Amino acid sequence: MWRGDASGGRFVDYEVATEEGMVVLDALREIQRTQAPDLAIRWNCKAAKCGSCSAEVNGKPRLTCKTRLDELGEGPIRVEPMRAFPVVRDLVTDVSWNYEVNKKIPPFTPKPDTEWRMGQADVDRVTEFRKCIECFLCQDVCHVLRDHDLKSQYFGPRFMVRIASLEMHPLDALDRTELLAHEGGIGLCNITKCCTEVCPEHIKITDNAIIALKERVVDRLYDPLPMLGRKLRGGG
Amino acid sequence: METHEYDVIVIGAGGAGLRAAIEASVLGARTALVCKSLLGKAHTVMAEGGIAASLGNVDADDNWRTHFQDTLFGGKYLNNWRMAELHAKEAPDRVRELEHWGGVFDRTPDGRMSQRAFGGHTYRRLVHIGDRTGLELIRTLQDKGVHQGIDVFMECTVTRLLKDGDRVCGAFGYWRSTGDFVVFRAKALVLATGGIGKSYRITSNSWEYTADGHALGYEAGAQLVDMEFVQFHPTGMVWPPGVVGLLVTEAVRGEGGILRNGEGERFMERFDPKRMELSTRDVVSRAIYTEVQEGRGSPHGGVYLDVSHLPASFVKRKLPSMYDQFLGLAGVDITREPMEIGPTCHYAMGGIKVDAETGASRVPGLFATGECSGGMHGANRLGGNSLSDLLVFGKRTGEGAAEYATHASTPVVDEAQVAAGEVEMLGYLDGEGEDPYALHAELQDTMQDDVDIFRERAQLERALAKLDELQSRAANLRPTGGRVFNPGWHLCRDLQNMLVCAQAVTRAALQREESRGAHSRLDFPEYDDFWGEHNLVVERGPDGGMRVEPAPVVKVAELETLVLERMAVELA
Repeated sequence: MWRGDASGGRFVDYEVATEEGMVVLDALREIQRTQAPDLAIRWNCKAAKCGSCSAEVNGKPRLTCKTRLDELGEGPIRVEPMRAFPVVRDLVTDVSWNYEVNKKIPPFTPKPDTEWRMGQADVDRVTEFRKCIECFLCQDVCHVLRDHDLKSQYFGPRFMVRIASLEMHPLDALDRTELLAHEGGIGLCNITKCCTEVCPEHIKITDNAIIALKERVVDRLYDPLPMLGRKLRGGG
Repeated sequence: METHEYDVIVIGAGGAGLRAAIEASVLGARTALVCKSLLGKAHTVMAEGGIAASLGNVDADDNWRTHFQDTLFGGKYLNNWRMAELHAKEAPDRVRELEHWGGVFDRTPDGRMSQRAFGGHTYRRLVHIGDRTGLELIRTLQDKGVHQGIDVFMECTVTRLLKDGDRVCGAFGYWRSTGDFVVFRAKALVLATGGIGKSYRITSNSWEYTADGHALGYEAGAQLVDMEFVQFHPTGMVWPPGVVGLLVTEAVRGEGGILRNGEGERFMERFDPKRMELSTRDVVSRAIYTEVQEGRGSPHGGVYLDVSHLPASFVKRKLPSMYDQFLGLAGVDITREPMEIGPTCHYAMGGIKVDAETGASRVPGLFATGECSGGMHGANRLGGNSLSDLLVFGKRTGEGAAEYATHASTPVVDEAQVAAGEVEMLGYLDGEGEDPYALHAELQDTMQDDVDIFRERAQLERALAKLDELQSRAANLRPTGGRVFNPGWHLCRDLQNMLVCAQAVTRAALQREESRGAHSRLDFPEYDDFWGEHNLVVERGPDGGMRVEPAPVVKVAELETLVLERMAVELA
């Protein structure tokens, strides 16, 4: 397990007796209880519903509460913090950037005189996006954020999902395509689908959120007919 | 020292804290939210089944009166009647408001919010989205709050409230990530810290639920009420060992799940033939506990909860996270085989005694809402009434605090109190002493073994003696490591809160010599007329010791007919 802080750190070996059904978080808490009382980890619900216990397990971004030891095979297990975010201590990283991004997204804005009726199918469609537990594993694995550190230019998959949940809400009246195209930086995503692969909620981030939003951006901002319309009305 | 000043400070960012902060901010109060975890991680996300509100979308006959009656019957008539009334009347508006803020819930065929059946509710009443209603609620409030201009202090733990004479004037705490101290100056404080579950070994609660608000309020001079009533949710996981206690939503039974013992018998027939699986939680928990104790349990010490008779597609749509949870963590496909479940410490009915209209405690400037407040649920909470509680009283308490702040003068912080807070926290880091994790385990064993579902005098007295011993040892805790994100250090302080609260629970349980709701005394198995009319109130006495006294139930004359009507039906 990686132990350290912002100034640096190293991998330290720990040995824990395992029991049936044990998950990585169980092992971490056992280490904390018996061998390293000051081990810094985040966890809350222990049921894959709060998205607190994210880390990289054997090189893969995972929820440690959902990762069973018996699915990792034989040999030592390597646990380290999410690498796309600055380390605070041990497995705890500074994810505050994500909360700043969220503030930039205009909230749900109902149409005037909305009649509050929706079909179950509409609900099911946005439910996929609203399932997100904000574990930020998709942000961690995203090349744009992790390898190129373009946090100032791209909101990241989590917030594409958030915007999708608003844009596809049947009663929302706002158009967030300008935001997506510019400050949100949706164009930087080159749809490698790494985010979809790591999502513990099985949200099809790339196919259902990002690609759908990219299409919206193209339709609304670059489609010749509406563009002409905007020009005639004196807009951009 | 880092100091911040606000009109209203809300401590705790689950549903109640968020709703209170939103309301205070809407009313113009400069508002901050201080929470131990990251925003959006509070235990509200584990509330799965739904929000109780008598919208009547599915069962048109439903109305606030029936919801009120159900709540009082569930609470065995010890609820604060006025709170139960406001709750039943206002829950529908609070839910509609949530929808107007962007919350998305399952629908009826004609496009309105759907409602599901739940234990103790006469009608299908719970607004829900699959089995992740709490996440929907907290995310909706979180996103509303972000744009409301509330300042959020995440991963910041309050260790004591500061007082200016009789009134509260702020709070002292530390940043988890650095260990640096921080002072909040405020005209009004709202406690919304949630529950006490971490005092028990088997619990559905996370590390955060260490009775902080209960203890902070008590120490600042507030009263606690109904502390003997601790809800054991009937259905927690019992296997594998790492997930013991993890919540299995009541929605499983709401959607048609059946309970069977190890012999295959549908045992609820013997305990509540009228309501069966959808009896109230106190009854179902006792039933399961009894089946296991009498040797009719399942291999891992629980009973079976089965939905395999329902269509697999229905189960996956209505209970998706239960399906994932059992498949992923226990290797059980719930569409094909039964779950093994048993009771788990889930919710504190007891909490800070508050004014129903405003959430005010008896300490000027100090308010409380959500699980850390008491009165609403009496002796036993109905499922679904927690999410509606935190919406209704979160809003009212935010209003109460903002209103108080408009008339309050700018408080003066006493540096000596701040210094005492520092000395306490730094003291844990010096010298030699006990391991906080080991002491925590002893506390959990004590509460689990002696202040459990069934209680009796000898056990409770043994627990009190043990708690005294733990209390004195807890003065000498020493974690290893430094101040930067050190959970061992944090636990030292959390334990002080748990110990205060554990004592309140145990003392109240000892005094209530009857069995009612979530409190079952083996030595006093029947209802008692005196106790049926009284709550127990816990406060710090003038000598500094804990005092527990009965106080008459808060009644409302105009509601008497409704209550008597329900009592008559239940007796028939």
